[in-house]
Amino acid sequence: MLTLKQSRRLTTWLVGLAAWSVALLLFFPIFWMLLTSFKTEIDAFATPPQFFFVPTLDNYLHIQERSGYFKYAWNSVTIAFGATGLGLLFAIPAAYSMAFFETRRTRGTLLWMLSTKMLPAVGVLVPIYLLAKSLGLLDTRLVLVLIYTLINMPIMVWMVYTYFKDIPREILEASRMDGAGTLQEIVRVLLPISKGGIASTVLLSLILCWNEAFWSLNLTSAKAAPLTALIASYSSPEGLFWAKLSAVSTLACAPILIFGWISQKQLVRGLSFGAVK
Amino acid sequence: MADLKIRNLQKGFDGHAIIQGIDLDIRNREFVVFVGPSGCGKSTLLRLIAGLEEVSSGSIELDGREITDESPARRDLAMVFQTYALYPHMTVRKNMSFALDLAGTDKQEVERKVSEAARILELEPLLERKPRQLSGGQRQRVAIGRAIVRNPKIFLFDEPLSNLDAALRVQMRLELARLHKELQATMIYVTHDQVEAMTLADKVVVLNGGRIEQVGSPLELYNHPANLFVAGFLGTPKMGFLRGRVSALHADGCEVALDAGCTLRLPAAGTLDVGSPVTLGIRPEHLHRAPPEQAQLMVGTDVSERLGSDTYCHVRTDSEENLTLRVRGDFTCGYGERIGLTLDLDHCHLFDADGLAVARAVRQAA
Repeated sequence: MLTLKQSRRLTTWLVGLAAWSVALLLFFPIFWMLLTSFKTEIDAFATPPQFFFVPTLDNYLHIQERSGYFKYAWNSVTIAFGATGLGLLFAIPAAYSMAFFETRRTRGTLLWMLSTKMLPAVGVLVPIYLLAKSLGLLDTRLVLVLIYTLINMPIMVWMVYTYFKDIPREILEASRMDGAGTLQEIVRVLLPISKGGIASTVLLSLILCWNEAFWSLNLTSAKAAPLTALIASYSSPEGLFWAKLSAVSTLACAPILIFGWISQKQLVRGLSFGAVK
Repeated sequence: MADLKIRNLQKGFDGHAIIQGIDLDIRNREFVVFVGPSGCGKSTLLRLIAGLEEVSSGSIELDGREITDESPARRDLAMVFQTYALYPHMTVRKNMSFALDLAGTDKQEVERKVSEAARILELEPLLERKPRQLSGGQRQRVAIGRAIVRNPKIFLFDEPLSNLDAALRVQMRLELARLHKELQATMIYVTHDQVEAMTLADKVVVLNGGRIEQVGSPLELYNHPANLFVAGFLGTPKMGFLRGRVSALHADGCEVALDAGCTLRLPAAGTLDVGSPVTLGIRPEHLHRAPPEQAQLMVGTDVSERLGSDTYCHVRTDSEENLTLRVRGDFTCGYGERIGLTLDLDHCHLFDADGLAVARAVRQAA
């Protein structure tokens, strides 16, 4: 029989083991991708898989030579920041009105907004494609900015709303008594107080925009294609080149992973939707 | 100048009437306290004056100017909130100068006014701190400072002391009284604490259920409550009430037969009929202990509360009504004893069946 102390220690140990297993399991594909990106195509195909090999940067050089990584990266950056900025411009006033001037229908409106996220994107592919085509927006960054703004809007409004909800109404009332108009109240009082929340919202929106593939693949081809489209271009036409595909994926993931790593504290706060203060 | 006129003010939320027709005049330099139990509408009334809530009907006039639908920013009023509501991202100095900055006041003028307010409130060493680095009392002073720098027509206080601990509350109460004298300002103050109302006010407005029960100076309200509600609300410990009926009428008063088992002859000038039910109210300081042969009323003692300077004896009549008796601090009342009481008849309050005060024949000076 185990003593109480021993059994507690065993439980801790088992939980730790389980946690590490899950973490490694989740991390392994990324690790393998990174590893493969430094292999030659032959090494990449080898069975059994190789853990030890002579690393090479050929794949990365090849990608830069053939496709021009930075063009795609720049597209990704402008689209992600554009959509996030535009989104904030609408999400902040919307959340402000819902958080501080609540009516009987506010809750319903919020839920309805979220419900639009449940629609399968492919369901509206044809109309949106045709709209973009007739407006001459196919293969432009603008069309992706608009689409991303719209699809991220519900999440952004929800997040900003939950942050605003945490702010005591009296602080805004005090600013109103002090003579602030609505715009001054938002810009000089509300936003500085909720900058942590706004930052996490921005971060989440950037990540979602960066990783979005469905619309970028369908609405862009050469000029406005972001990194997700670049990855896709390596996946099939010339057969499968595992090492190059891994290299391009690594290049696409790296900026946002690094960005996320740096700001993980904000991100965790944001994803808990204001529950953790 | 700051003369506020409120006429037939009403406010409802979702069909519930919160404020039901209020008429009130507040004169320049008055310290007016709105007092009442929670949910009586006192905070709503203040917020209507501030412009933070929309008026359903009625009007508010400040110095002859109609401000009923004016935005809060343009009313020239300043408010101090219960939760202080300081801007957490600004220093104390910025908190105080925010309104002036918004108004585009000259920099030197802002500096002068902030220093002046900081001096009055002894905030000078704290000017560069953020609100989270301050104690509750300091935060409250900053909130008051924020109001002072604007030199508003009226200061509005929404339960400003209720988040402070007891000792600090007493100290801030004194500071507020001093500030009122020093600034010569008009102030409206909301509280549920009747001690604050009694000590601070020039004029007390007792509210209940969205209506004004009585308006008057603290002592006027204490000595001549207009109805049972005001009588029971003001004063600690509370006024004791005894039920009875009018048994006879005289030229200078009436005789009341109390359920507690005695008949008293009271000076009353109001209109009463023989047999009509009345309530007699008596404050703890107007009840006296007496030997049984001289007593008007025999009661059983309950617990006593010793405060040092005074002792409050809680007693119960034979008709199961509770009274409190204020006696000297060194006096001890046993538990469950029977003692005799006399009532100070000149200080008894008589209320008719509707709870309204019956005028006394000989009114005491307020």
